[in-house]
Amino acid sequence: MPSVTYIEFNGSAHTVEVPVGTSLMRGAVENNIAGIDADCGGECACATCHVYVDAAWLDRTGLPEPGSQEETMLSFAAAAQPNSRLTCQIRMREELAGIVLRMPEGQH
Amino acid sequence: MDATVNVEAREDAYSRPLDSIDVSVPELYQDDVYQPYFERLRREDPVHYCADSKFGPYWSVTRYKDIMKVAVNHQVFSSKWELGGVRLEDQVQGYERPSFIQMDEPDHGQRRMTVSPVVAPANLQRMEGMIRERTAHVLDALPRDRTFNWVQEVSIELTSRMLATLFDWPLEDRHRLMFWSDVTVCHVDTPDAPVHSEAERWTELQKMATAMKALWDERAKSNAPRFDLISMLAHSEATRNIDFRELLATCSLLIVGGNDTTRNSMSGGVWGLSQFSEQYQKLRQNPELVPSLVPEIIRWHTPVLHLRRTALADFELSGKTIKKGDKVAMWFVSGNRDDDAIVDPHDLIVDRPRAREHISFGFGVHRCVGNRLAELQLRVLWEEILKRELEIEVVDRPKYLRSNLIHGVRELPVQIH
Repeated sequence: MPSVTYIEFNGSAHTVEVPVGTSLMRGAVENNIAGIDADCGGECACATCHVYVDAAWLDRTGLPEPGSQEETMLSFAAAAQPNSRLTCQIRMREELAGIVLRMPEGQH
Repeated sequence: MDATVNVEAREDAYSRPLDSIDVSVPELYQDDVYQPYFERLRREDPVHYCADSKFGPYWSVTRYKDIMKVAVNHQVFSSKWELGGVRLEDQVQGYERPSFIQMDEPDHGQRRMTVSPVVAPANLQRMEGMIRERTAHVLDALPRDRTFNWVQEVSIELTSRMLATLFDWPLEDRHRLMFWSDVTVCHVDTPDAPVHSEAERWTELQKMATAMKALWDERAKSNAPRFDLISMLAHSEATRNIDFRELLATCSLLIVGGNDTTRNSMSGGVWGLSQFSEQYQKLRQNPELVPSLVPEIIRWHTPVLHLRRTALADFELSGKTIKKGDKVAMWFVSGNRDDDAIVDPHDLIVDRPRAREHISFGFGVHRCVGNRLAELQLRVLWEEILKRELEIEVVDRPKYLRSNLIHGVRELPVQIH
């Protein structure tokens, strides 16, 4: 099963296996990884599963579609950056095996 | 509450014709008898049209998933004050309050982003120590073995101090902020409301705005802006030139948002745990459950009963056609008790799995901006209660506010042992 590394704001790294087809949000929540709140349960409606995608992976995850709900929600997130994504909107695929995601200071 | 729900209300909810169910009646919340009506609507008519109410015809959206659909679709479901705003009770002509909760994009977003840093994670970390100190002080001063009103002595005391800090308002004058908060949310036809007409409400809010404007003008001159709401508004590109009416509306929104909902969750949580005493015992034995208790209290109490939208186009929702121009109420208080979305929704469960997935903060672009501050205040309160091993005994049922908007607890008599 492909793995994902989630790095908390304090630097703690957690590498876990996430099944293909599962969202990277669920991958964090089901492994009890702190720092991904996911208040809306994956509806792209709260921006509390926000991460920064490591530069090396950004061409494979891509950025939110212009005008998409994800882009709108991210525009309200605290400390959004050009490599921000909502993990509920990225599904695991083979080509993302090993992806590195960094978390913001808090989910808001 | 649910265990002892008024039998007459249940009979009434299930015996009257569906189309006569009107959940906008404020007395339903004052008398704490609303749940059977929503229970029936969720089962039999989840997107419900009420043709005739005191607030005009309106739709009620009662299921979690349908509320989510309305909340995220700000392209169709407008918040604009020009169309009536975000309460079932329309804005009265001449007394409209154009705050950003009652705007659509891009106006809403620009203004929201001006104030959101005050409640962003980095600032909350800075505030936690102060919140803890105040909470400890308030709890340590409470009487023992004597009945007192938890709402007044704890909930209002703590949230009014927080609100004064957010505005950098004189702490000794914090009761005035509480008064204006009550003025903003009340139905003016409530017999013991703080004001009794829209004109009177406006007069009081003008006094508030005049006081805020004086602080604003002073802080606008400062080259080193302070980190309070007034300074942030006075220095932001999006808000520095707003007119007096918008200043009044914005301050009024931030006063209510900054205290009222947390105040009522502080009271609702004590009441809830008294109704589920085995859960309270579990919590006392496992204080590490507080981070899951906090969202569970916010769900179970649901401090904002509804928010309203106005449809900008026809929209199909669960088999009903909402017409352009129709008023639509998202009943958070019902969505949070929807057993299609939440297991055993009437129970307060201190270690509920996925407790964060409640609908009390709304969803989409208008999602509560202060939600993390609210959670922080509640977390600290319960940590400090448990640390002191306070045994809080509720000695009578709460008295609720007459409101279809705010799930307000006015009195909660308790004793501490």
